[in-house]
Amino acid sequence: MRTFSIGGVHPHDNKLSAGVAIETLPLPEHAVIPLSQHIGAPATPVVAKGDKVLAGQLIAAASGFMSSNIHSPYSGTIEKIDNAVDGWGISTPSIFIKVEGDDWMPEIIRDGVVNRINNMEPAEIIKKIADAGIVGLGGACFPTQVKLTPPPTAKAEVLVVNGVECEPFLTCDHRLMLEHGEEIFIGISLIMKAIKVEKAVIGIECNKRDAIEHLSKIAVRYYGVEICPLKMHYPQGGEKQLIEATIGRQVPSGALPIAVGAVVQNVATCYAVYEAVQKNKPLIDRVLTVTGPNVSRPVNLRVRFGTPIMDVIAAAGGLPENSAKVIAGGPMMGRSMSNLDTNTTKRISGVLILPEKMTRRMKADNCIRCGKCVDACPMGLEPYLLMSLSENSMWDRVEKEKVMDCIECGCCLYSCPSHRPLLDYIRLGKATVGGIIRSRNQKK
Amino acid sequence: MLTLSPAPHIHCGDTVKGKMLDVVIALIPAYLVALYFFGFGALCVSLISIASCLLFEFLIQKFILKGENTLGNLSALVTGVLLSFNLPSNLPWWIVIIGALVAIGVGKMTFGGLGNNPFNPALVGRVFLLISFPAQMTTWPRPIPMNLSFNYFDAETGATILSSIKEGTDVSSLPSYLDMLFGQIGGSFGEVSALALIIGGIYLLCRRTISWHIPVSILVTVFVFTGVIFACDSITLSPFTFTPSTTYADPIVHLLSGGLLLGAFFMATDYVTSPMSHKGQIIYGIGIGLITSVIRLWGSYPEGMSFAILIMNAATPIINNYVKPKRFGEKIKVSKA
Repeated sequence: MRTFSIGGVHPHDNKLSAGVAIETLPLPEHAVIPLSQHIGAPATPVVAKGDKVLAGQLIAAASGFMSSNIHSPYSGTIEKIDNAVDGWGISTPSIFIKVEGDDWMPEIIRDGVVNRINNMEPAEIIKKIADAGIVGLGGACFPTQVKLTPPPTAKAEVLVVNGVECEPFLTCDHRLMLEHGEEIFIGISLIMKAIKVEKAVIGIECNKRDAIEHLSKIAVRYYGVEICPLKMHYPQGGEKQLIEATIGRQVPSGALPIAVGAVVQNVATCYAVYEAVQKNKPLIDRVLTVTGPNVSRPVNLRVRFGTPIMDVIAAAGGLPENSAKVIAGGPMMGRSMSNLDTNTTKRISGVLILPEKMTRRMKADNCIRCGKCVDACPMGLEPYLLMSLSENSMWDRVEKEKVMDCIECGCCLYSCPSHRPLLDYIRLGKATVGGIIRSRNQKK
Repeated sequence: MLTLSPAPHIHCGDTVKGKMLDVVIALIPAYLVALYFFGFGALCVSLISIASCLLFEFLIQKFILKGENTLGNLSALVTGVLLSFNLPSNLPWWIVIIGALVAIGVGKMTFGGLGNNPFNPALVGRVFLLISFPAQMTTWPRPIPMNLSFNYFDAETGATILSSIKEGTDVSSLPSYLDMLFGQIGGSFGEVSALALIIGGIYLLCRRTISWHIPVSILVTVFVFTGVIFACDSITLSPFTFTPSTTYADPIVHLLSGGLLLGAFFMATDYVTSPMSHKGQIIYGIGIGLITSVIRLWGSYPEGMSFAILIMNAATPIINNYVKPKRFGEKIKVSKA
């Protein structure tokens, strides 16, 4: 079985909720929708206080090339447009909605019948994706229409679909592949048409055997789409690692996947593309996993954006006793939250609740130069060196040692027997060097 | 209350202590063989060495460096065990203590403790003793199965395989391979049994405490180098009929004798003093193999493993600086999609 060639680690996958079918939450009474749920400029509100909105109605429009539309996930009244504190204590402009009933925009088809027929032109498909406010649901929230319109100098050759879900604990993509495999395939063919490629590869790790089997059965009906079973190996869901694992090409340092002819999309994004193009449904909900070692009922939920996090946690049986950390995302790359009085966004792919005994880092010791971090780094960097250079503010050398290649996967810190805060210092180095590079480019 | 911290939020569970404990566990088979052949002497030397290494680390840390107690990471224990494994079992107790003081005091704590020492502490101690007390350090007791004698100082002594080769003994009169495997040969008490050391080495490899790069590159280099010399000499002696060389031992003898296996699996692989990247580790291993072979074949010492490792320890920072791991995306692989 295939995988990527450099580094990586093998954490226990802990897929507690893999066997639990996707459930839908009841609607909340109040919802808060942040204007910035994607990489790029925040969207501009197109509604005002007191307006009545329907589910699926545009409430904030993309404000530029690198931005994304935001739609109301609920029908109701706009209460106010004001700052709201997000899960990390940062106050961001948001739209507050009082939920009333559940009325949808009339053009949205909600019959649940799989629609395979599509006669649209590529440009039309991309326009529909942009209008629907679709962003990459793998975690980065990169506006999808930007990814699908490569610069004219580059040529896409293959669509790589990310069904890896290498983060321990998370199972939302796994469930989506099992329950909506056909729709994902239609989404994939739409994207293939949009970027004019003949070939697509779906990378799935072999701990999801049922998903591999299920999708392989569907794949025979779709020309040019291939399932690529992959060895379990973190961080295989990283864009560059996945491209190497599936099509055997390494994206050069500093370049985008299109440099080797690849466009990468997550399976959840493909599903969202299907819904947007075939059912006229904008991106207003997603599947997320609520899990943790002590959570009484780990679940996969289809959640409309703006649902309070506490409602989501309650659906999994509530916060267990001794919970000390709530993470948005998985344990390797997720962000620990400081404020639970907040709402789900396009960005949150899982809520992981860890008990106290798993949350403490051990005391850091001297580096014993064992080289485990060098072994583990999937980008072939030397984390121990980057850390000590960052500690000593030697930014020139940090840059020369390719700190900007770091994907922040956390393999170095995960494998360090001395428990040194390697990635923390590398992030510092990356941020500082990034600033230096930007100011240097401005001077030119 | 919620705990906040940057990702990653989980850890593989490895600790320095665990890694050191693995090394100690891997040395148990060799220790049992040592007790079987050298009895009370091996027991005394090892206990004195371990106790004094722990004591010196504790005292230096407490009274000179004024830091926290570091005995818990077990690195002093590993140094103590490895130092004693490199000593003859009839060594007087006070020499062992001097060795431990140099190993821990000079080899390790002078530089600031675990992680900062450029040279393998146990080898610093051993080489210091070898140069300071050449007579005591090069008289090895004969191995006696089920050795129960308490009078270990006055044990009957004999040569090691490598020293008898150096003295010009006909290589055809050496002990058999089987004796070398099971350890019924003279030598420092931890290095005699090739089999026990290989078992320990395989344990470390399986536990992923060490990677194969350093031991394999050392062993292959020594095997090839001594093998070529042996073959050349055999051919010059009798160009048409194959008669084994009488001056050079065959490469299997070189692999199984002396401190080669102990050094390759347990000393050269010391985390602190070996290179970080696999490419660097292979260069380091080849260097050790070459220097060892050259000293063994033509140097004035019969065995060169400790010198070879120390010399390559000194080269480690340079190797780390110039030999970088393969970066992702450095060379674009072109294959058909």
